[in-house]
Parts: sequence; structure tokens; C-alpha cells
Amino acid sequence: MAKNRFAMGGLWVIGIMFSLCFVFAWFCPDPNKINLVNKFAPSSGEHWFGTDALGRDLFARILYGGQVSILVGLIATAVSVAIGIVYGAVSGFAGGKTDAVMMRIVDTLLAIPFLVLVIVLQATLSKWSGDATTWIVESFGWDKEFTGRLTNVVPLFFALGLLGWLTLSRIVRAQVMSIKEREFVEAAVALGYGKGRILFRHVIPNVLGPTVVYSTLTVPGFIMYEAILSFLGLGVESPNSSWGVLIKEGANFLETEIQLLLLPGLFFSLTLFSLNFLGDGLRDALDVKAAKD
Amino acid sequence: MSLLDVKNLKTYFHTRAGTTRAVDDVSFSIDKKEIVGVVGESGSGKSVTCHTMLGLLPQPPAKVEGGSVTFDGQELIGLPAPLLRAIRGKRISMVFQDPMSCLNPYLRIVNQVAEPILIHENVSREQAEARAIEMMKKVGIRDAEQRAHSYPHEFSGGMRQRVMIAMSLVTNPDLLLADEPTTALDVTVQARILEILRELRDELGIAVLFVTHDLGVVADVADRVVVMYRGKIVEQGKVRDIFQNPSHPYVKGLLACRPTLETKYRILPTVDDFLKTEDGEDGSTILGERPDAAERLANLEKEQSSENRGRDATETLLDVKGLGVHFHSGGGFLGKPRESVIAVDDVDLIIPKGRTLGLVGESGCGKTTLGRAILRLQQPTTGSVRYDGEELIFLTQEGMLDYRKRMQIIFQDPYASLNPRQTIEQTLIEPLLVHKIGSSRADRRDRVVSLLEEVGLGAEFLLRYPHEFSGGQRQRISVARALAVQPEFVVCDECVSAMDVSVQAQVLNLLRELQDKRNLTYLFISHDLSVVKFMSDEIAVMKQGRIEEFGSANDIYENPQSDYTRELLDAVPRANF
Repeated sequence: MAKNRFAMGGLWVIGIMFSLCFVFAWFCPDPNKINLVNKFAPSSGEHWFGTDALGRDLFARILYGGQVSILVGLIATAVSVAIGIVYGAVSGFAGGKTDAVMMRIVDTLLAIPFLVLVIVLQATLSKWSGDATTWIVESFGWDKEFTGRLTNVVPLFFALGLLGWLTLSRIVRAQVMSIKEREFVEAAVALGYGKGRILFRHVIPNVLGPTVVYSTLTVPGFIMYEAILSFLGLGVESPNSSWGVLIKEGANFLETEIQLLLLPGLFFSLTLFSLNFLGDGLRDALDVKAAKD
Repeated sequence: MSLLDVKNLKTYFHTRAGTTRAVDDVSFSIDKKEIVGVVGESGSGKSVTCHTMLGLLPQPPAKVEGGSVTFDGQELIGLPAPLLRAIRGKRISMVFQDPMSCLNPYLRIVNQVAEPILIHENVSREQAEARAIEMMKKVGIRDAEQRAHSYPHEFSGGMRQRVMIAMSLVTNPDLLLADEPTTALDVTVQARILEILRELRDELGIAVLFVTHDLGVVADVADRVVVMYRGKIVEQGKVRDIFQNPSHPYVKGLLACRPTLETKYRILPTVDDFLKTEDGEDGSTILGERPDAAERLANLEKEQSSENRGRDATETLLDVKGLGVHFHSGGGFLGKPRESVIAVDDVDLIIPKGRTLGLVGESGCGKTTLGRAILRLQQPTTGSVRYDGEELIFLTQEGMLDYRKRMQIIFQDPYASLNPRQTIEQTLIEPLLVHKIGSSRADRRDRVVSLLEEVGLGAEFLLRYPHEFSGGQRQRISVARALAVQPEFVVCDECVSAMDVSVQAQVLNLLRELQDKRNLTYLFISHDLSVVKFMSDEIAVMKQGRIEEFGSANDIYENPQSDYTRELLDAVPRANF
């Protein structure tokens, strides 16, 4: 992969985003501190990107918002990929009645609007998040405000991840169905290999390439869903931010203060571009043929 | 003046990996009403030559570096695209290899056959369709008027190839470029197509450039032959001269290494017995004759011919009785009637230990299904399979585990039969791990290395991936994998069908050697009668799921009892003059 300049560039950008959002953010001013006297301030030494409609530091809000957006993208993708690959592979490999039942379950879930499902699941998961906050604060002595912010978004991550695998599982299933007809799988049966070994050593490694590419494309999707849910008041709770929230807020001042929209948008798109390049690079790296050239 | 004149044509491919001289200084010509065969192995540049003439190559990476192609006095190289298009399909037309994918499945046959006329000539649709139907009759499609309005899927492979030929001839071209037009077809169908081509040449006065890898086909159909190897023409001349008296060592090798129905060799000669290749200074290849070629051939001839081998045939290893495999289709959700296809019907076979049974038949006759059913890769519907006295049919998959070690299979497509994500070492060690063969890592590694050496490869290949190997090498690896568990019985399912003759000879020799060394028993499945004859002691001819005829190899070939066997034998193209 080292030879693919775009992918390496993407990796660098994502690395920088990560360090900005998760390390540099600690040294920024409080992103939620309101100062109505100093609203819509231009860029200055104190406020690098200026301030928003409530006089809050935009740079700090972008970095803190990035934490939520990046984590939503990555955790939801990781959860959905893990479920999607195993579910789709088992369904496609088993075939017959097992496959029919498993796919009808997917169809049923696909038939219900995605956001409705996410909202229901998030509400269910949120019931426990309050208990979890109390438990963490009591057992580990973590800061209450910080823990609250964390447990507030975690149900969202998992709600998205636990439902986002539906399309992926269909893709994996289709791939597996074509791979399992290949002669090397039949040779494995003839050599007396067990079903688990054939599935996990011979079939799944051969479907990883397309899966990885597809899953890097789902990251932006999850970030978007987080923005939509936040807009509905079901995602990130005010005054906390995420890129989706910031873009939405910025859009209100499109005509007068366009930087409020452009700057978070720039961070957002830069990250998405980099993820796509990285996805392409990963596919090549995972492809033994391309890797050797 | 000849119809088509190719002079010093050079087509190179420029890629990041370097320059490939796909066509390197090729000159030949075709006269009116002449059939010229261009023969070569894969990668010899025969198809590239054809595509260069019509400007059908993607440029880049391809680039015509020099030379000229003159068709009826007009230079084709560098001709602007619109002018070239006017020639393509009108005066020069082309027939491709795969009749299954060359027709548009959504259009009626008559519309497709009439399309070239409508493009190139100013005639009404009715006239064009009338001419299309006329041409379909000429290529031997019965009831052309009715069938013309069918869709491609309602035609068999041979019929589709006839449609393709009709489509390319409907504009009365002067030259037909046929690129492996019969390779995907059964021998009996191939024989008919070749006959049709010869008739059309006489009737319509077209010239044909016939590209193929099959020397037998060329001998059957062509007036003159051009033999290509690594982008160069190594020899050209009258068919009879080249077959009876080849002068170039490569051609000699090519002619000698293909098993024919008359081959008596125990081990086939290979091209390497004749040809010496050296790399020239400018990146081209210098071909020369091996000084010891005659001696090598004499040694091979001294080896016993296939009749007197010292194996006794008393003990029965595999006894198949009344085996049937039925497939069910339909019966779906929306209630299509459930249909049952009988792929294998009441088959009896006996294979003695250490012998080879050849199973021959045309595509769709059920020979592959039979092989898979014997190995329980496909559950048989009826009948019994006794292996070494034990009934296999009712064993569970766990019960089969012991027999998986003793019975193995080698597949047709060496590109699909190896897991692309495993190194050769992983591929070969896995069966040892599963069957707990070998005492330690080091021991298993040693076993893998000796397996590789046994199939003619070396330890240096262990860490490579399948795509780094040629087709022949991959098939050797597949053989090594099958032998890793030390089986007694191996099903070879069309295992040389996808190969060039020179590679085929090497793999056949390897299978022979291994059989002698390990006392293997083979079920050798193939559609190629010459190859089956070369490999087998006994032969079973299969047709529509049934065994048509069963007997010793020589009896079947010298004295066939059934009409079908006779028809198959007659259809084999041979180079006898």
C-alpha cells in the first residue's frame, strides 16, 4: 500500500484529524462557553476560526464535534461489518432453508424505515445508559460530566451499527454464493475439510476485498445519519456538537456568515475523501495479486 | 495480387511491467477463396494479429510499431475509424470463440443476423430479413423461417455458432476472420461447422483466416498453415508439407506432443525435446534446435508402448452399480412445476486397482456429475458405490473422512481450483493438518517440499501465490495438493482440457509417472478422445447420462460397437495424409 500515494495521503489526513480531535482538543477553549457579546467574531489569535451565533469558539466546537462524528463512523461501521460478514457468509454458505429464513429476516428489517428502527433501538439502549453512567462514576470515579457525554452517544453508535449491516450482509451473501461454486472450495470438500474451516479460511478471505471497499463507503453514511438524528433532537444533545450539528447550525447563516457552514463542511468532506482513498488502498493491499506487482 | 497482405507487422504492448512483443515482424498473405489456418498456443500472438488488422485492439496499451496490412489494395493500418468501420462487418467480418456470449440475449435471432445489412447497405428491413433467413438456411439451420424469430437461449451452442457465422456472412464479405470458432464446441458439432465453412468457401467464394490452437482442426479445414510462437511466425506453408515434413523444431515438437488415436508412446515427447530457446540481446527470443533431439525421441520410443505394462488387473478397487443422480428444478414459491433432470442414469462401472478408466462424452452427458457422485461431492439418488469392498453411499460426512484421504480429485480449471489467498505452502500444508499427517512443523514442511519436487516444481515456490504461476504450473500444484493425503484413487476431471498441447503433454506425462510410482488408480474424464485413448486402459463412452459402451481402450477405438461411439470417432479431426 505504501506505493499508493492517494491512500497514503488519506491515511495521513485521517491521522491528523484523529490527533486534532482527540489530543489537540484538550488544549482548546471550552466549546460550550457562551459569550453573547462576542458573537460572529472574525478569526483572531484567541478564536482561530472566530465564533458562532452564541459567541462559542468555532474551532473548539469543530474538534469536539469531530470526536462524535469520527467515533460514530468507525464504531458503527465496525459493528455492522462484523455482523454483516458473518451473517451474510453463513446465509450464503448454508443455502437452502437456512438461507431463506435468514434472508427473510433481513427483508423484514429492510422493509421498516431505517431511521424508525434506529430510533426505537436507541431508545431501548438509552434506558441503560443512565444506569451505566452512575455505575462508571461510582466504580471508577470518572468525571460525571465527561461520562455523561460518553454514555449519551454510545447507544447511538450501537443502534446504527446493529442495524446498518443489512445491505452489507446481502453483498457478502452474493459474493459467498459465487465463491462457494469455485473449484477450490470443492477441492476443500474433497480433501475432507470441515465446514467451519472452509467458510472461515477459504470463503470469507476471498470476499474481504469488496467488503472493505463497501464498508469505507458506509462510514460517511453513518456520519450523515448521526447528523439527521441530531437534527431531530435524538442524537447528540445540545449544547454538545458534532459535524452534522455544526453544518446544520451553519446553514442558518448561509447568507451572512458562510464560514460557519464552510469550515465544519471542510473538515467533514476532507475526512470522507480520505476514507474513500484509504478504502481503495486497502482493497489493493488486501488483494494478493495487486500487492505483489 | 493476394486479397490480404500482412507485411512485417509489429504490435507491441507497453505496460508498466515492460514491453511485450505480442506480434513481432509477422508477414503472410491470403488469396481469394483460400482458407489459411493460423496456429499457436495461448500468448503466441495469433489473436492479436487478427485484432490488429481490424483495429480492434485497445490503444494504448497496444501500439502498432510497424508494418502494413493491405486488404484488396487498401492499407488498413492507420485508416481513419469511419473508413475502417465501413470495411469491418461489410468486407471483412469476424466470428468469435464463444457463441454463448456473442449474441445479444434480448434480441430475436433474425434481427441480429439482419443488423449488419441494415448498417452497411441501404435496403429495407424486409429485404434484409429475407436475406438473413436465406443465409441461415445456407449455414444449415433447419426451419429457418420459424426459428428466426426465436431468442438465442432457444438455440444450442452449435446452432448459435451457425447463427454467428450467418451473421458474419450476410453482407457477402470477401474475408472471414474466425477466431477459435469451434473451440467451445463438442467434436461432432465442430465437425459439422468445419464442413459448413468449407462448403461456404466453395459456394460464396470467401477467403477464411482460421485462428486456432488445434492442429487437428487446421489439418481438417485449411489449405495453408501459419504457425506462430511467441509473436513470430516460425513456419508457414501448405498443410500437407508442414504436417508431413516440418522443418522448424517448434513445429516438430508441437506435432509430436499431441496424443492422437494412433499414438503408441508410453511417455509423450514434449516441445522441449526439440526446441532450444535463448534470450537474444534485444529482448527477443532466439529459437534453435536441440542437438540431441533425435536421440531423445529414440529413447522415448524405446520405452514400452502402452499395451505391455506390467500391472495386473485382478483386484477391483471401485465398483459402481446402478448409480443415478437426479436434479430437481422448479417447485419454487410461485409454483412452477417441479421438474426432474436425470443427469446420471443407472451407471455400472468397475475399476481395477492401478488401472485407468477413461470416461469420455460430450458436454452435458453427465460425466462430471458421475465423477462427483462417486466421490460423494454430489449425493447420488440411487445405486451403490463400493470402494475397496465398502459401501460409500450411506456414510455420513464424518464417515467419509477416511475415504477423503484415499480418494481425490483434480479439476479442470487450474485458475479456479487454488485458493487465491493462500500461498502454495499454506495450500499444501492444510490437508496434512486436517488429516493429522506428519509429526511436526518441520516434518510437514519437508513433505510439502518433496511433493512439490515430485510434480516438477521446487521449494523456491513455497511462499508464492497462485496467480504468479502459469496454467500448467498451477495444475501441477493442484496435483500435488491431491497427492498430499496419499490417495490411491484420483478422479481427473477434464484436467488437461484448458491447456495448450505442449503443456498438456507435460501434465499427462506427470500423471503417468505418478501412477507408475505410487500405483494410482485413475478415473480420467475428458471430452477429448485422443487424450482419453492415450491415458486409459479401459474406456466408458457416456451419452445422456448412460454408459453407451464399455470396453478396453483398443477395442473401443478399433472396433466400436455403438453408432454413437463411431460418430464420435469419425468427428475427431486428424492430420493423416
